[in-house]
Amino acid sequence: MGSSPPTVRIAVVVNGKPATVVADVRRTLLDLLREDLLLTGTKKGCDHGQCGACTVLIGGVRVLSCLTLAVMHDGAEVTTVEGLAQGDQLHPLQQAFMEHDAFQCGYCTPGQLCSAVGLANEGHAKSMDDVRELMSGNLCRCGAYAQIAQAVAQVVLGPGPHASEVARRAWIAGTTVNARMRTPEEPA
Amino acid sequence: MTPFTFVPVSDVPGALRLAGEGTSFIAGGTNLIDLMKATVLRPTRLVDINRLGLDAIRPTAEGGLRLGALARNAATAWHPLVREHYPLLATAILSGATAQIRNMASSAGNLLQRTRCCYFYDTATPCNKREPGSGCSAIGGLARQHAILGASAHCIATHPSDMCVALAALEATVQVASPRGERTIVFADFHRLPGDRPDLDTTLAHDELIVALTLPPADEFRAHSVYLKLRERLSYAFALVSVAAALDLDDGTIRAARLALGSVAHKPWRDPEAEALLVGQPPTEASFARAADALLQGAVPQGEGEGSNAFKIPLAGRAIVRALALASAGTVTNHAEDAP
Repeated sequence: MGSSPPTVRIAVVVNGKPATVVADVRRTLLDLLREDLLLTGTKKGCDHGQCGACTVLIGGVRVLSCLTLAVMHDGAEVTTVEGLAQGDQLHPLQQAFMEHDAFQCGYCTPGQLCSAVGLANEGHAKSMDDVRELMSGNLCRCGAYAQIAQAVAQVVLGPGPHASEVARRAWIAGTTVNARMRTPEEPA
Repeated sequence: MTPFTFVPVSDVPGALRLAGEGTSFIAGGTNLIDLMKATVLRPTRLVDINRLGLDAIRPTAEGGLRLGALARNAATAWHPLVREHYPLLATAILSGATAQIRNMASSAGNLLQRTRCCYFYDTATPCNKREPGSGCSAIGGLARQHAILGASAHCIATHPSDMCVALAALEATVQVASPRGERTIVFADFHRLPGDRPDLDTTLAHDELIVALTLPPADEFRAHSVYLKLRERLSYAFALVSVAAALDLDDGTIRAARLALGSVAHKPWRDPEAEALLVGQPPTEASFARAADALLQGAVPQGEGEGSNAFKIPLAGRAIVRALALASAGTVTNHAEDAP
């Protein structure tokens, strides 16, 4: 068992395609995807684990590609936003994001989508409040949260509209309401 | 990141052979990689322990639960045995970080995560934890996130973990391996107070590796467990103050109590004497307030004006009373799957 040289050979399967890269041992998975494999759909936001823009799936599990070294994932199966659609057939979450206008600038969207796929795979979200809490690792500085939550809930919880129970209770109590969902039937 | 060599290992003896000064073990990496990017940490060798097979979560012969050092935070929080027998632990884990980070972060890494003191991260400022002897920029600086208990003249940093607050209340033990064999560290002795060595967060030696955490049986508390976390926003923020409260109630009388605070000291803060004050008492606000006063005895604020954390002392007092009141009424979890 010897020490590795400063560069290492890393074999990964990304979106079903095998790839081998010789890279600096310090390469993060995010930089490997963007700089070596030219898959620039995955975004570098903070590079610090705080924004979620770099979220990808490893073996179907959502992780932050900026906070992990590529060399730690030799042999792994990685899915990025480029791998969600089947040809021209959008992933149901991509379709739902379009239907709900769940973005403005779109920079956070690849991370939001991969995170939502991971959320669906995990199977723990049972309410709109769960969706909001379990998506809290993906920031959207445009503030499209209400539409993102509706889009994710439509796929994960079923046809909506879905309300946040916390916001609904606040509404009934006449107290602070800062996140009441507008249902599709309601005027803007 | 400064350069390092990377060595994956496949068994514990192989990992231990490489341990020592300059070497960091890497598991989830969610804190370590971040600190390496900021050059706060500059290991010369990274030993990847992710393939050691220490992921299992299994019952112990004593009726408790053993969490492998590499069990991911998400796997632990959602494990049926954790949710059934240790709702306090599940709730504490789910109140920390985000789903992505919990999928990556390991049990052992949670214990070994570093403080989020902004001066520790800022390599342009003095920090006794980062560069021993350079001074403490937090003392007299922005101290909202800093300690009110157990601080020293050299460091006022806090341990940021939620999981560890629950582990302290549940009296977990830490199993570690080294070339000298295995030993067990009781949780209260694992993290240390800063004293005059704030560079040392724990009592773990350089050549030791955490292999597991063990939870003793705690079913007497599972119906009255609460983790109350107060923070600047509702999700994905470190606590200003958190409280792990667990009661064993017998017909309107407290038979046993556990109480631990997070984000107020260099380690999860417990005082068995404060818990003893609750034993034999009715679960009333008056008895909770006495325990709160005892647990916060010796609390000292840091900073001035905008940077002051003086608010944390009354906040912690009220949070303790609130958490105990909630616990006396039943167990609170943070997830709809657990709703009655």
